Amino acid sequence: MRSLLISKWTKVAVFLLCLVPFGELVWRIIKSELGANPVEFLQHATGDWTLRFLVFTLCITPFRKLFKLPDLIRFRRMLGLFAFFYVCLHFLTYLGPDQSFNLSAMWKDVAKRPFITVGFAAFVSLIPLAITSTAGWIRRLGGKRWQLLHRSIYFAAVCGVIHYYWLVKSDVRKPLFYGALVAILLLWRLGSWFSQRRSQAPVRVATPRVSVNG
Amino acid sequence: MLIRKAPELTYADVTPKSVYLDRRKFLQAMGIVGATAVAGRSLFDITFPSQTAFAATKFTGLVKSPFSTTEKQNTLEDVTHYNNFYEFGTDKGDPAKNSKNFQTSPWTVSVEGEVKKPRKFTMDEILKIAPLEERVYRHRCVEAWSIVVPWIGFSFSNLIKLVEPTPKAQFVAFESYFDPRQMPQGRYAGLDFPYVEGLRMDEAMNPLALLCVGMYGETLPNQDGAPVRITLPWKYGFKSAKSLVKIKFQEKMPPTTWNRLASNEYGFYANVNPTVDHPRWSQAKERRLGEIFKRPTLMFNGYADQVAAMYSGMDLKKNY
Repeated sequence: MRSLLISKWTKVAVFLLCLVPFGELVWRIIKSELGANPVEFLQHATGDWTLRFLVFTLCITPFRKLFKLPDLIRFRRMLGLFAFFYVCLHFLTYLGPDQSFNLSAMWKDVAKRPFITVGFAAFVSLIPLAITSTAGWIRRLGGKRWQLLHRSIYFAAVCGVIHYYWLVKSDVRKPLFYGALVAILLLWRLGSWFSQRRSQAPVRVATPRVSVNG
Repeated sequence: MLIRKAPELTYADVTPKSVYLDRRKFLQAMGIVGATAVAGRSLFDITFPSQTAFAATKFTGLVKSPFSTTEKQNTLEDVTHYNNFYEFGTDKGDPAKNSKNFQTSPWTVSVEGEVKKPRKFTMDEILKIAPLEERVYRHRCVEAWSIVVPWIGFSFSNLIKLVEPTPKAQFVAFESYFDPRQMPQGRYAGLDFPYVEGLRMDEAMNPLALLCVGMYGETLPNQDGAPVRITLPWKYGFKSAKSLVKIKFQEKMPPTTWNRLASNEYGFYANVNPTVDHPRWSQAKERRLGEIFKRPTLMFNGYADQVAAMYSGMDLKKNY
């Protein structure tokens, strides 16, 4: 298992896999198979994939510990960057077709509509994470500060779920599904933080969760 | 289907679409390949027409309406695969998938309440109330998308006159069919079914209010509200209740489905109004299906000349 995880080719395969949803969208655009409302189709698809990749990214730490697979860290940055990639596409479908690339109209909309506000907040909070995702930035910021900054993915995930929840009219099953996943992943962290604090209370040395080679 | 000497066609007797389509296919194919092989295939289709095609039957002799817009119509494909019909599921594509076997024949509509002549109408009786017109209307959803559809029907006022409402009749309530066995997806909709909508009497009498039995020259597809619905082009789409089984005239304003779910978001009037936003999104613009950028939404969806007088003196910000 370990050799599979650290293989260069696994990383390439995961990378290509992450591009499949994008490829499907491009394919559908070329074949004009986006249904009656192509813009909405792209908005929903890119939004869905953003939430999914945020969830995948948040799965890495618990999975590393639960399944004793520390090498999973090798995929965390890539998954996070793909979440950012899909949220950028998602944002473009809003800025372009919805707001006609009119920035002042967009700001008004962001200020006025709570569901847009939280979605926009989630998007903006992911920008510094994408920028500081390199090894150089981890060094510059120092592991602890870097880790603190990158915890804002929790904020982005929660905002993303609220954004989805406030969008739908009455059938809240899908937003609640994502909400439940995010809740489980965040509660697990809370739980492990508490148990760690208890077991290491006198020493208070946190196991470093950040790996530079990740 | 029995061959009988019907003096006139009834709702269920019009040639199934698969038959005339296959005849056309048959004639086309004759020119290309040998007649014998195709004849066998065509005969098969005529003998066993597919069940889904049975519902779509053609209307002839439709009257053109002065209310029709000349705007570009959306395609039948778009209008039948992008639906809000929550009884059949909440995804836009769900109604097309899940309504395939919806039983719409036999069908009766009960007209009751504050009327001198309450009665039940069969579909055949409904089709004979008034000459069928084709009306090309703009249809604006509360979700800020819109379509242009050639509906078929007649002014609802024709039916109202037949049943003679009493002076007590101030409102009319429309109730849609609901059968959890045929509509199992309805339980996830988050709405209370059966679906109920309503109008004030003067709104119901407005000639634009269309009792609708078809579109694109044919009977209504199941996902668009077969076999009979109401179509109110100056109001958001959710007011136009589908698959009607009950029409009730009453003294009090009927509680309506979306209004009961969220009265701050969906008013009783629900007139299309670009100046009054939905609490969660703007109503100033809309996306016409088939277009990328949004276009401005018109007051009363562009039907102000016909309907604005009914609301003069009303605060439309309060009565949204």
